[in-house]
Amino acid sequence: MTAGVTLGRRAVTPGRRAATAGGRARPWLYLLPAAAVLVPLFGYPVYMLGLLSVFDYRQAQVSGGQPSTFVGFANYATLLGDGRFWEVLLQTVGFAAALVLATLAAGAALAVLMTRTGPVPRTLLSLAALGAWAAPAMTGSTVWMFLFDADLGLVNQVLGLDGFNWFYDRWVTFAVVGATIVWHSFPLVMLTLYAGIQAIPASVLEAAALDGASAWHSFWKVIVPMLRPLVTIVVIQSVIWDFKVFTQIYVMTNGGGVAGQNTVLNVYAYQTAFGSSEYGLGSAIAVVMTLVLLAFTLVYIRALRRGGEGL
Amino acid sequence: MTDIATPRGGVMTGTATRRRGVMRRFVPNTVACVVAFLTAFPLYWMVLSALKPDGEIQSLDVKPWTLHPTLDNFVRVLTGEGFGRYLLNSAGVALSVVVLSAAVAFLAAVAVTRFRFRFRTTVLIMFLIAQMVPVEALTIPLFFVVRDLGLLNTLASLVLVHLAFTLPFAIWMMRGFVAAVPEALEEAAMIDGAGRATVLWRILFPLVAPGLVATSVFSFITAWNDFIFARTFIISAKDNQTLPAALLVFFKPDENDWGGIMAASTLMTIPVLIFFVAVQRRLVSGLGGAVKD
Repeated sequence: MTAGVTLGRRAVTPGRRAATAGGRARPWLYLLPAAAVLVPLFGYPVYMLGLLSVFDYRQAQVSGGQPSTFVGFANYATLLGDGRFWEVLLQTVGFAAALVLATLAAGAALAVLMTRTGPVPRTLLSLAALGAWAAPAMTGSTVWMFLFDADLGLVNQVLGLDGFNWFYDRWVTFAVVGATIVWHSFPLVMLTLYAGIQAIPASVLEAAALDGASAWHSFWKVIVPMLRPLVTIVVIQSVIWDFKVFTQIYVMTNGGGVAGQNTVLNVYAYQTAFGSSEYGLGSAIAVVMTLVLLAFTLVYIRALRRGGEGL
Repeated sequence: MTDIATPRGGVMTGTATRRRGVMRRFVPNTVACVVAFLTAFPLYWMVLSALKPDGEIQSLDVKPWTLHPTLDNFVRVLTGEGFGRYLLNSAGVALSVVVLSAAVAFLAAVAVTRFRFRFRTTVLIMFLIAQMVPVEALTIPLFFVVRDLGLLNTLASLVLVHLAFTLPFAIWMMRGFVAAVPEALEEAAMIDGAGRATVLWRILFPLVAPGLVATSVFSFITAWNDFIFARTFIISAKDNQTLPAALLVFFKPDENDWGGIMAASTLMTIPVLIFFVAVQRRLVSGLGGAVKD
């Protein structure tokens, strides 16, 4: 038990275990299983995604009939010159932005509301939110589709809209799919922020109230600054989720809606690769999607840093 | 609403305060109940429609209740469409991911918290960056990786892929929980003659179990809900389908079998729902723990 003896004598930092020869290899031994999974199934695919995006890689190359050729940035050039790509990109950004705003507004408003209700309504709201959060994207999509079904859906019957198709017009479709996604994602924001507000000492909020701060003011001037790390997490999380949304669009609009009018970036990449067998082009779209998300995350974190906030 | 809701100074008598309290809470309580109702309604509608006899589903006069609940839809889905099989597949994949992810993430978390070694920070940053990669973007290359491994159409492909995707987050989260356990405990055990493995699995592991619960929920949900990878990897082996992809079978161009779809959706939602409600407190506090770290 040399390690144990060494432990007893040495200083207090975790660094001491590196002292023995066995100790030096040990952390790597513990990291080995993780590396064995992450390197081939995460690291390598990331590398390969970049590689595929600079190759002409289609059905003929996949089946080995033709050699794959390096085309440099030709796939990206194709995308940039393609009006359809820009349309999908803008549409995705707009859709995601609307979803994020709606999710955050609903989540934050309800979190504040939860601090003002009695225990019973609060529990009811938490349980309902947990249910919506837990529901898989797939089943959320099917249920909302059924609710908005043209003939047998509850919504049409209640509103007296006989046979109105909610999945025909582009913006109406986006609204219904968007409602489904917000229903899925506001609970995380609500419950996380509520837990955060609970952690703020009551005296702080009381002091704000005594100083005459309205609910609106104490939310923006007290709660948000104090919960900055949590808010950061939910904002980034929401942006990532909403920007790369796939299941709801794919299922509810049957792969992108009438003539693909409801296509978003993730669905577009998927259809390009697996639908039209343009694997190189599809990869380029996926790379663009990844870069947009990374850029957003970095810019957002930098902005917070510059604002003097530690993460 | 703002005026009523703002607490004012407290020189009122007891009854007045209480009445004021009830008044103050009336609006928030009502709003909360309405929102709770609207939020829960789709789930209620799903279960209700699953229990409705076929005639009521097809009826053009929808009622928000049923006087003739029946399990017909479930029976049809489980026997006729082989949903029992898909349910088992989904459960097998999700549970394998949870167990493997917990064990692997635990070891890695111990490595980055209990040891100081070269590239430790680099490794940590890699785990952080990995969480920012939108995994759906990797569908295309992963399709080829899985194909080259000869794992297309197998459930193993789904287990491996979800293991890879849940690990970075799981490690990041477990890190906080492992760090919270005082090292003195392990040292005491080692001085008492316990071996490395014993300390790791008999002392440290049980102590971080609460953290594992929160982490496991996320792993389970990721694997259980996955649609895109199941759809991509399981192409022709109908027997190896998981629930989300199998659900698409019910969508027919002209006439959707809504009773069947709702029954299948209910079967798919209930395990996750139970899981969520059982661990709800740890879910949010676990997230808070990971955030503060």
